[in-house]
Amino acid sequence: MNWLSQILSVSLFNLRTIPERKGSAAAAAIGIAGVVAVLVGVLAIAEGFRKTMTVSSAPDVAIVMRSGADSEMTSGFSRDEVRVLKDAPGVARNAQGPLASAELFVIIDLPKRSTGTSANVPLRGLEVQAFDVRGNVQMTQGRRFESGKNEIIVGAGAAREFAGLNLGQEIRIGLNTWSVVGIFTAGGGVAESEVWCDAAVLQPAYHREDNFQSVYARLTSAGAFTQFKDALTTNPQLKVKVLRLSEFYAEQSTAVIEFITTIGVAIAALMAVGALFGALNTMYSAVAARTREIATLRALGFGTGAVVVSVLLESIVLALGGGVLGATASYLAFDGFTAATMNFQTFSQITFAFAVTPSLLAMAIVWATTLGLIGGLLPAIRAARLPIAAGLRET
Amino acid sequence: MKFLGLVWSNLKRKKLRTALTVLSILVAFLLFGFLCAIKEAFTAGVTLAGVDRLVVRHKVSLIQSLPASYEQRIAGMPGIAAVAGQSWFGGIYQDPKNFFASIPVDPEKFLDMFPEYSLPAEQKQAWLKTRNGAIVGKTTLDRFKWKIGDHVPLTSPIWGEPQGQSHWDFEIVGSFTGMKKGTDTTSLIFRYDYFDEAKTRNKGEIGWFTVRIQNPDQAAEIARKIDEEFANSPYETKAEPEGAFAAGFAQQIGDIGKIVIAVLSAVFFTILLVAGNTMAQAVRERTEEIGVLKAMGFTNELVLVLVLLESCVLAAVGGFAGLGLAWLATLGGSPAPAMLPIFYIPTRSLITGAGIVLALGVIAGALPAFTAMRLRIAEALRRNA
Repeated sequence: MNWLSQILSVSLFNLRTIPERKGSAAAAAIGIAGVVAVLVGVLAIAEGFRKTMTVSSAPDVAIVMRSGADSEMTSGFSRDEVRVLKDAPGVARNAQGPLASAELFVIIDLPKRSTGTSANVPLRGLEVQAFDVRGNVQMTQGRRFESGKNEIIVGAGAAREFAGLNLGQEIRIGLNTWSVVGIFTAGGGVAESEVWCDAAVLQPAYHREDNFQSVYARLTSAGAFTQFKDALTTNPQLKVKVLRLSEFYAEQSTAVIEFITTIGVAIAALMAVGALFGALNTMYSAVAARTREIATLRALGFGTGAVVVSVLLESIVLALGGGVLGATASYLAFDGFTAATMNFQTFSQITFAFAVTPSLLAMAIVWATTLGLIGGLLPAIRAARLPIAAGLRET
Repeated sequence: MKFLGLVWSNLKRKKLRTALTVLSILVAFLLFGFLCAIKEAFTAGVTLAGVDRLVVRHKVSLIQSLPASYEQRIAGMPGIAAVAGQSWFGGIYQDPKNFFASIPVDPEKFLDMFPEYSLPAEQKQAWLKTRNGAIVGKTTLDRFKWKIGDHVPLTSPIWGEPQGQSHWDFEIVGSFTGMKKGTDTTSLIFRYDYFDEAKTRNKGEIGWFTVRIQNPDQAAEIARKIDEEFANSPYETKAEPEGAFAAGFAQQIGDIGKIVIAVLSAVFFTILLVAGNTMAQAVRERTEEIGVLKAMGFTNELVLVLVLLESCVLAAVGGFAGLGLAWLATLGGSPAPAMLPIFYIPTRSLITGAGIVLALGVIAGALPAFTAMRLRIAEALRRNA
């Protein structure tokens, strides 16, 4: 009998005996399912956050802030500076002029729907070209705000998470009352966490008559970025920082993503150690219960290799079963689950949906297989080392 | 008690299995300890909040500041014992990753408002004499190996730099520690007069006020009165108890409590299965012996208790070792002081943990224990014959 068919027959024989050890097999598998579910669940938060931060960044859109600013909050431009920025080479144009929008970014206090506690909601004042600069803004309800009026439109995420932002409602910010005239989506990106209004109306409301904080510009092509950036950074009149929108969002999100990923992996790794002891337990007792059978097989001429591989296979099958169970459970429970958290760079809320991505599921299966492999290895070696004569005598 | 020996020898019978089970329980409680510490890091502000303190801030948002004159106006209202203003400086030391809070205050009023910060008297005197003096929490002092007398340069993206200088210069004149466990000792506190003179905009404004009231029972009423006082002005306020403010802030990050409970449920469900499985196996293997015990006159109840005791001993050894290890590990301080300035396991979590240890032992042992209790002597003795 060759080695492969030996492995095959011993393994099949092992797997067929799993139903006799339902309880202990299930305990090992569910242990691993728990590890995988927690791993996928926590990392789905980081993935969802990353997705929200990156989906919104077209390669041909750039953001300009004052040099030294770490976010729009700490940046500032005068009207004259804004004019120079908009006329820089590389900026795309349409009939109304350059495709660039000078914007203001402030924070307003609104209650969270879920808890009623205050949340810092971003309020952005934009110019009308902003819709063409971003290019992915769709009104799902109502209409855009009109220039010069106290009207706001609300991102779908903000409308979902914060109270008082339904179409037709009015909110009071300071001494002004604003009416919600529309709800918009922006391809699932950061903008959906924001409330938008006309920059020209927001400026006097915040005593910033001639001030803007950032300029968003659509470039003639993604390749025009270097030209645009060089023109601005070499201009002695300006002190600016020019970033592709994708770089800007990546900069803003790394801290949060790293934090969640580190904690998630650390928790799952500790849990994995716990579940590993459970899996080892199961496989050791599986081997112990079969001492006589294994000895018989060896006496019949089956090699130690076949015995080792069969025990490993059994452990991996159990682990994979658990892994698939855990991954499915967390996919069903977490994918698309919406939440909001604080982005400390802008000190305001970002709404996002948990994302259980295919790569997370693949990672889950890798973890499960690894656990199965480690959990089966030591028991497999014990099985292979069993002295045949003693094993046959065992009752 | 006299049966403890019997329980012990049963556990020793399959040393490897017992060890593996104990280790998996240990890991579960280690995780419990860490997660409780993480949760505490996010919510410590709520637990430590003074019941007699209110926070008054700009109604539109926390980032807008209030006129410094509000301090006098609030202090003059009935029921108010003291007022202290604070602002967010957002200072950066060398790299934004080195984050710690930096806050300009009036030294006397600040130390009086927050008695949980303890500062040696002579360092307080030095602070009052040094205009650019700053006091630094012990955690941050140790983190950057600063010493009293050092000059620390900070930059602030929010406020810019003082006219004609490349950074803000602070002289460390003192270091404070926390009187209560869990007090945040990562901040750098400096003088408002130095800040207000050197900043180039929003002069004469303060970020928020902490207010001490004479009677904690009147918190809600006084908060309402303060808001009424400033209603319809360009700087309307929002006053609320410090605890509510801290809770709301923690909620902004997310429902940490809910996430921690979800993860812990998964952990304990998993470990319960592992431990329950071990106990079930142990009872199954010993069917014959249990029959013998019963034949010798052990009552059903006694057999039940013996099995339960065995699983409780397993849970206790693993559980208390896990909690102990977690506690020892958190004594070393926070692994990420910028993100989690506070890192310790509160006593109430340790008590909850001890409760869960017992519950785990009882639940894991329950089913096997009932099986053992119900065994009939004749059947048990026959099973392996």
